[in-house]
Amino acid sequence: MIEVRFFATLREGRGKIVQVPAEEVFTAADLLRRFAIPSEEVAILLINGFHSKPQDPVKDGDIISLFPPVGGG
Amino acid sequence: MSNAYYEKIARINLTTGEIKVEPLDLKIAQKFIGGRGLGTKILYDEGVATADPLSADNKLVYITGPMTGSNSPSSGRYMVVTKSPLTGMIACANSGGIWGAKLKFAGWDALIVEGVAPEWSYINITDDKIEILDAREYLGMLSEEMDDKLKAKHGDACSVLNIGPAGEKQVLLAAVMNDKDRAAGRSGTGAVMGSKKLKAIVVTATRKQLDVIADVEALKEANKACLKIMTANPLTGEGLRALGTASLVNVINGIGALPTKNWQESYCPTADQFSGETLAEKYLVKPGACYHCPIACGRVIKHDDKIVGGPEYEPLWAYGSDCGNDDLYTIDECNRLCNEYGLDAIGVPCTIAAAMELYQNGCIKEEDCAGVPLEWGSKEALIEWTKRMGDPKTELDWLMSSGSARLCEHYGHPEFSMSVKKQEIPAYDARAIQGIGINYATANCGAAHVRGYMIAPEVLGIPAQLDRTVTDEKAGWAKTFQDLTAVIDSMGNCLFTSFALGAPEYASLLNAATGTNYTPEELLEVGDRIFNIERMFNKAAGMKPEDDRLPKRLLTEPISNGPSKGMVNKLDITLPQYYAARGWVNAFPTDETLKKLGLDECVGK
Repeated sequence: MIEVRFFATLREGRGKIVQVPAEEVFTAADLLRRFAIPSEEVAILLINGFHSKPQDPVKDGDIISLFPPVGGG
Repeated sequence: MSNAYYEKIARINLTTGEIKVEPLDLKIAQKFIGGRGLGTKILYDEGVATADPLSADNKLVYITGPMTGSNSPSSGRYMVVTKSPLTGMIACANSGGIWGAKLKFAGWDALIVEGVAPEWSYINITDDKIEILDAREYLGMLSEEMDDKLKAKHGDACSVLNIGPAGEKQVLLAAVMNDKDRAAGRSGTGAVMGSKKLKAIVVTATRKQLDVIADVEALKEANKACLKIMTANPLTGEGLRALGTASLVNVINGIGALPTKNWQESYCPTADQFSGETLAEKYLVKPGACYHCPIACGRVIKHDDKIVGGPEYEPLWAYGSDCGNDDLYTIDECNRLCNEYGLDAIGVPCTIAAAMELYQNGCIKEEDCAGVPLEWGSKEALIEWTKRMGDPKTELDWLMSSGSARLCEHYGHPEFSMSVKKQEIPAYDARAIQGIGINYATANCGAAHVRGYMIAPEVLGIPAQLDRTVTDEKAGWAKTFQDLTAVIDSMGNCLFTSFALGAPEYASLLNAATGTNYTPEELLEVGDRIFNIERMFNKAAGMKPEDDRLPKRLLTEPISNGPSKGMVNKLDITLPQYYAARGWVNAFPTDETLKKLGLDECVGK
C-alpha cells in the first residue's frame, strides 16, 4: 500500500490519511489525478519526507505528503 | 522636502527626567534606512557596546522605519534595539500590531531612552507632548490588565507597549509587549526596560496617516503593484490567512526537522494534534492582522471563555514536541501566560525542554522542583514553570528564567542547551536543513530564524526549491537572505511580505516614500552594511569567533528518528564559505570590507 497524507485545505473532502493499493499508481501524479487535485494546488510534495515532483515514481510502502502553500516563521 | 521621516528623535533621560528633541541626521538615516539599521548605528556611535546591559549606561531605542505607518503592505513594524542582557550582544526585537505606526503618526522616528528612573515610571506620548508619569500602581500587574487600565486612563485611541512581571524582575527571557498580544520577544529587551524602571510607553496620535511621503503618487503605484503580487501569491494571498504560521508544524515534521524532546529526536508522530489544522478546527475564531496588513497571519482564538491571541508556529513547536507534549490546549494556555507575564515564547519553552533533559538525566532532582517535576509532556509542569519563570522566586526559578545556556552551564551540561550566543534556537532542525544552520550560527542577535529565513528556499520552495540536505551554494543564499532581511526590518515592513516581494519591489516602495534612488543591488548593499555594523557592535561588546557556532548536538549527534535520520549539520564546510562571501576573516569584517560598505567609523576597530 501507499499512504497518502493530506494537509491544510487539501484535507477538505478527502480526510487526513488514505491508503492506496501500490499496484494502481506509478507516480505521484497518478495519486493527484486519483484524488482530483490539480498539481498547481500542491506547493510541497514529499515522498518519504523528501521534496519530490509529480512525475517521480512511487512504490509500495511509500508515504506521500501533500501540502498547499503554507509558511510562516 | 518630505522623505517619509519626521526627522525627529526624542531622547528621554529617565535619571534626570530631561526630554530632548533631536533632529534626525537624514544622511545617516538614508544610509541605514531606519529601524534596525539606524537603531544599531545610533547605539554603535554612542558607545553602548561596552555598557553593562542592565545598567544605566545601556540605552533602549524604540525605532520605526520610513515605511512604518505608510500605506505600503504590512507596514506596522517597529523595533526595540538595545544591548541584550541575554547574549551580551546587539538586540533588535521586531514587533507588529499598531503601536509602531502610532509612534510614527505622533511624529517620532525614534525614542532613545537612557538612565534609570528614580521610581517606577511610564512614558506618555500625545503627539509632540512627552511626559514621564508614575507607574507604581501598575507594579506586578499582568500585561493585559495593565493595557486595559492605561487605556481607561488615556483613552481608547492610545496604544500601549509594556512589560509584565518578568520584565520588572529583569528576567533575561523577558519580552516587550504591545497591543496585548504582539511581542518584541527575543533577546531580553523586557529586562532592559525593567532595569530602567520603565513599565510602559503609551502613544496617542492625532494623525491617522503619514503626511511626509516624498512622492505620494509613486508610492500609490508601487503599493498597487506590490499588493497585486501579494494577492496573487498563494501564501501571502491566502495560505497564511487560512492557517497562520501554525501550518508549518506538519510540514517541518513531514521532512523530519521538528525538534522533539530538546532535539533528542526530530520527528513527532503526534504532531498533528498541535498543528495549524487542529488549531483552526478546535479554537480559531478568525485571522488577526497588524497595521495595514493584507496577509493576516495572526490567530484569534477562543481560550476558555476569552478571545485571545493564539500561538504562532514557534510556541506550538516549542511547548509541543520539544517538551514532549501534544496537548494543544496546554500550548494555548502557556502562550497566553507568556503574553501576560511578558516572556519570550521561544526562549521559555526551549529552556523548559532543556530542564526536562536535565531532569531526565538526574541533574535536576524531583526535590528541586517544588512539587512540579520537570517530566516530559507534563501539562502541569509547562504551565507552572512558565509562571515561575515569569515571576521567579526560588533559585531554580531564577536559573531557568535566565535561559537554557546559563541553566545547563550551572549543571555542568552545556551541551543540553540548544542555543547560539546564549539565545535559544528556533523551530527547524539544522541537521535536516543545512542552510538555516549558517543563519543560526551567524545571526548577530544570537540564534534566530528571522534574520535569514533559509526555510523559504530550502523547505517552502520560495523563490526556488533548494535541496535541504546539501551545503552547495547555501552560504551565498544565506548572506543574500540576511541582507534583504536587514533592509526589510529597517524599512518597517513585515518580513512575511518577502514570501511574495523581492528587492526590486522594496526599492520601488522605499524610493517612492523617501525620494531615494536605490537600485535593488544598492539596497542589498545597504543590508550588507547593516549586518556588518551589527557585527562590529558585537566585536566591540566582546564577541569572539567561537561564538559563531552551533550546539555540539547538531554537529556530532545524527538525527535519531524520522525521515532525516542520520543527518548532521556541516557547518565546518559552510561557515568558511559564508565568511568568504561576506569578506570576513575569523568572524569579523576586514578593513577593506568595512571601507567598501562605507563603514569608515568601524575601520581599525
